[in-house]
Amino acid sequence: MASFFDIAGHRAAAAAAQNAAVPSTRAKDPNRPVPWVEKYRPKNLDDVSAQDHTISVLKRTLQSSNVCSSEILDMVPGKPPQSSLWQKSSMASPPPRPELMKSRVLELNASDERGISIVREKVKNFARITVSTANSTQSSNYPCPPYKIIILDEADSMTQDAQSALRRTMETYSKITRFCLICNYVTRIIDPLASRCSKFRFKPLDEENAKLRLEEIARTENVEYEDGVIDALNKVSEGDLRKAITYLQSAARLHNPIIQPKPKKVDDEGDEEMECEEDDDDEDDSKLALDSKKITVKSIQEIAGVIPGQTIDNLLEACKPKKGKSTYPEISRLVQDIVADGWSAGQLYNKLVFDDVVTAVQKNDIVLIFSEVDKRLVDGSDEHLQVLDLALRISEVLAKG
Amino acid sequence: MLLVDKHRPRKLEALHDSPLGSRLWYAPQIMPDRSDVANSGDFPHLLVYGPSGAGKKTRIVATLRELYGPGVEKIKIDSRVFMTTTNRKIEFNIVASVYHIEITPSDVGNSDRVIIQSLLKEIGQTQQVDIAAKQKFKVVVINEADHLTRDAQAALRRTMEKYSPNLRLILIANSTANIIAPIKSRTLLIRVAAPTIGEMVGVLRHVAELERFEFSNKLAGRVAEESGRNLRRALLMFEALYAQNEVVKDNTPIPPPDYETLVGQIADELLADHSPARILLVRAKFYDLLTHCIPATVILKLLTFRLVVKIDDVLKADVIKWAAFYEHRIHLGSKVIFHLEAFVAKFLRILEGYLMGMEF
Repeated sequence: MASFFDIAGHRAAAAAAQNAAVPSTRAKDPNRPVPWVEKYRPKNLDDVSAQDHTISVLKRTLQSSNVCSSEILDMVPGKPPQSSLWQKSSMASPPPRPELMKSRVLELNASDERGISIVREKVKNFARITVSTANSTQSSNYPCPPYKIIILDEADSMTQDAQSALRRTMETYSKITRFCLICNYVTRIIDPLASRCSKFRFKPLDEENAKLRLEEIARTENVEYEDGVIDALNKVSEGDLRKAITYLQSAARLHNPIIQPKPKKVDDEGDEEMECEEDDDDEDDSKLALDSKKITVKSIQEIAGVIPGQTIDNLLEACKPKKGKSTYPEISRLVQDIVADGWSAGQLYNKLVFDDVVTAVQKNDIVLIFSEVDKRLVDGSDEHLQVLDLALRISEVLAKG
Repeated sequence: MLLVDKHRPRKLEALHDSPLGSRLWYAPQIMPDRSDVANSGDFPHLLVYGPSGAGKKTRIVATLRELYGPGVEKIKIDSRVFMTTTNRKIEFNIVASVYHIEITPSDVGNSDRVIIQSLLKEIGQTQQVDIAAKQKFKVVVINEADHLTRDAQAALRRTMEKYSPNLRLILIANSTANIIAPIKSRTLLIRVAAPTIGEMVGVLRHVAELERFEFSNKLAGRVAEESGRNLRRALLMFEALYAQNEVVKDNTPIPPPDYETLVGQIADELLADHSPARILLVRAKFYDLLTHCIPATVILKLLTFRLVVKIDDVLKADVIKWAAFYEHRIHLGSKVIFHLEAFVAKFLRILEGYLMGMEF
């Protein structure tokens, strides 16, 4: 049995496959399905929706060095992952053409080791190298500016020490190397670094743009959907387009499982395989009662794991003070059910919104409780106890009147 | 073999047919049509969450089997050594088949980032070893994803996107509260709810039939109730019940686990006498529990719920409040016995204060 990690074995197998003249299409096949999020990532600056200001500044920078490049997309997250994505870059520079990408661009993200030692050695050494000269063919189609680029993705997860080690490096080699830092929270970048960079803020996508994008994807993928589905997607994803697209794709799969005529089994598969293929014939889609091919609002909500309104209402009802009776038994029963049903406490407190019967002072108290429970949950406390505590304390606040 | 393992459904079809069928997850949604391997790229990263004993792992194993065939069940355990930046060696166990691997990075505590960084990249850089494999991607199952440190989760972000042609992740968590938003938006969230009492009775009946046990609805109902909707626990209790008793009747007592009995004793002792001497007395019992590797959170939770049923309604909210408070402290601090005793002291104070008619 070939080992999972056997790289040598894998190479041998691949070589054998090539020798047998099997067209090795994997990984190169352009039709190979990829998650839609990757498929519809903007390919150049013009494709990026919203972010008008940032994009125009970036473009102008490009023009100033008299160029237009199609490779900049990798550095520009067109879809802010969260409500506030900041991209700052010391200089939004047009990267060299593809052949030169290797020698001119260094990308480090949080999956790479980025401690202070790496900044001192790897980053500094890369910054120090003189820029390789581009030959005429290389520079004809692409701008090839005379500097290298170091991209530090998720820079806010770098330690303070590592960041301060960057300070001098950034200045000393600024003639031949530019830095591009990408982060969610600019406040976590130390001031001396922030002041060395020009900042570009990526706003969360506004609903209109997100809607257009989703509709466009749905159209290209031939996805049918009910009215209101796009709005529902927008609502559950809270401005996070990647989330919305992931949900859309899942929903599309759920409603239109690709059923194609079964090809005759190739007989190089083992007998065991045949065994398990036998009971495939009945597609159990009917269990989900998907009579229509259209995506419904309900299925979106189910995929997104939105807590049903009824559950929240019940809990709120239980929290309201009752005359001469303790609220404890009812609350504890409901909370136990919520926890057993696997609803996440994180979602729960996001959903607990109060009507106008609750006074401002009470709301104030309740928000305080939320913040405390949130902190505790993030610290890894037990959900059952915390949610129970949350509900009981809300009930107490409501009782105070 | 334990009943739990013996009768675990191994195929998605079996899951459909079992009494839990109504609760199957969206098979077509996450399961690429097997006859159409070309579409396997549609299989998203998954984040499966739900309480323990709800069947997360069973479903994942069944899905893996569906993806790759029975080969995934041939697993072996590797031990690998990783080096941290400070040149410390970490031993790490990996459960792997040819097609997938399963890791529990939280085993190594704060060094989990090193594992995620080096291991996942190594896996992501190569394609499936077996050319005849049904899927081109490999699957990495990460257990206890909610215990991953922030750094480790941040390390996952780009890896998930960059290596998506070769790699799919299945994260398993009890709750999504500790998982950072960028990871959540890259995965398809799948909630696995605990089975209802009715469903559990159905499963127990099914198992009893297969094992030729004498089955009674009432007893099964009690077992299900007692287990707190945890199917694994219910099946273990069920088995213990039939192993310990020659004849099982409706009212045969269900033996609770030893640690629950001990926690029950602690609760009784605390309620019997509210003196500081009692705190000293129960300390020995706490140590006993802790040395037997019962997590402090479990002890505190059990103790709280044992105490709460026996005290006045007025005090309940207060006791829960302090239980939640000290439970949080347990996670922040390093010496759990302090926080357990602090809770006990606080509880006695609240109770005594109430009985004496004093406000604290």
